[in-house]
Amino acid sequence: MSTSARYWREIPQRYRYEGAKCKSCGKISFPPRVVCKSCGGREFEKVELAKQGKLLTHTVIRVGPSQFADQTPYAVGVAELDDGVRMTAMIADVDFEELKVGMPVKLEFRKVRDEGEAGIICYGYKFVPVR
Amino acid sequence: MRDVAVIGVGMMKWGELWEKSLRDIFVESALEAVKDAGVDRIDSMYVGCMSSGLFVGQEHLGSLLADYLGMGPIPALRVETACAAGGAAFKQAVMEVGSGMSDIVLAGGVEKMTDIGGDGATFALATAADAEYEVYNGVTFPGLYAMMAVAHMDAYGTTREQLAAVSVKNHANGAKNPHAQYPFELTVDRVLNSVMIADPLTILDCSPITDGAAAVIVCPLDMAKDLTKNKPIKVLASTHATDTIALHSREDIAWLGAVAKAGELAYAQAGLSPSDIDLAEVHDCFTIAEVCAIEALGFFERGKGGASAESGETAIGGRIPVNASGGLKSKGHPVGATGIAQIIEVTKQLRGEADKRQVEGARIGMTQNMGGTGGSCVVHILGAE
Ligand SMILES: [Zn+2]
Repeated sequence: MSTSARYWREIPQRYRYEGAKCKSCGKISFPPRVVCKSCGGREFEKVELAKQGKLLTHTVIRVGPSQFADQTPYAVGVAELDDGVRMTAMIADVDFEELKVGMPVKLEFRKVRDEGEAGIICYGYKFVPVR
Repeated sequence: MRDVAVIGVGMMKWGELWEKSLRDIFVESALEAVKDAGVDRIDSMYVGCMSSGLFVGQEHLGSLLADYLGMGPIPALRVETACAAGGAAFKQAVMEVGSGMSDIVLAGGVEKMTDIGGDGATFALATAADAEYEVYNGVTFPGLYAMMAVAHMDAYGTTREQLAAVSVKNHANGAKNPHAQYPFELTVDRVLNSVMIADPLTILDCSPITDGAAAVIVCPLDMAKDLTKNKPIKVLASTHATDTIALHSREDIAWLGAVAKAGELAYAQAGLSPSDIDLAEVHDCFTIAEVCAIEALGFFERGKGGASAESGETAIGGRIPVNASGGLKSKGHPVGATGIAQIIEVTKQLRGEADKRQVEGARIGMTQNMGGTGGSCVVHILGAE
């Protein structure tokens, strides 16, 4: 089990969807980086991510880690947001049969997992289908 | 750089080896390699291991294993780049001999995966993915490869049956390998109807949890005839490339960029092209991984790898036999040992010692060993002298 510092360090990304937009090429890094992957730039401005996008791929995890036992089976996907940022997250409130590449999703703030007795209750973003 | 040759190989039957420890299985395979080469010393050693710290609570493996091998005080170093650790250890040994720093070097690999429960093993394997931005959000290793499969199926029309055919082919080969953990044959129906792990991959699309070790001995090519009676197998190329470890950060989720890069570099180093390769051992940790690897290595066009096993092109006797050993799927996947076992299979094939799974007339073979979902890849090309 990790210390709480490891958890709160990521809060800007997980709770507030903060990315870093490169001042020279405009690419948004998520999570923020020191060096822009596209152009090598070192100067960024803080931006809030687009909160809508489309699924690039998906799966249903039938055998999950113990921290996710109470949610198993659950859907997971990779989405590209409208600002070009790509991320992996659980897909909540979905019938597994409706999962489809290209499906519109939005980001919602949810409980992600539970570290168990005396551990942290972990929050962050999940994808939810846009109907 | 001096030319380098493989002169000795050693491995054991892999499986759930309850009665043996990590050090036991490594020493057994290393001694076998030393005996096969017929050498009376080794000057240095590299050990590929993904996660002994999480699997058995032991780090500092280089020194531990050199000591138990009775070879201390030689320099000995553990190498880690997730599931490509074995291939990377071999590359280090090739570099050390090639550079002239040492003459006889052992490259080994080991993983003891059954001393921890299933949940612990899942956790240890997941550390090859992005801990904060993939694993945190619930994705597992089979889940990541399942998402590669869905992307490949969506883009190219690859089918579940075609993926299952990869597993069927590799088990047919593994049934002829005395070292294989699961040397039995399968059918497409059985793969499709086994337990679903992460849609669309069933448990029979996945490589197993395995205890195992493997070791090889390398030396300068021009010293080989004085050191050993074995036919020396020359290292024609030794390359390594990286990619993002987070699958979502890649431009194309169904494409293995590090494999393509390491493959390109290897063909250039050896002065060869894909059509010159007589057989390949590729990293089929999941059925979809073999499909993506053989595309990235140029054996099949991008998007056309799906039908490879179904059509028989990758079977022994086919256009490009892939995983004649049974692959990770049937032979087993003790993570850090896998890359070394690939070198052993190609060496045996090129020596003409692969018995019932021999690829007739094989003279040039390739190995492709990757870490995580393709965040690292090590490629080697070996040739019969
Ligand atoms: Zn930039």
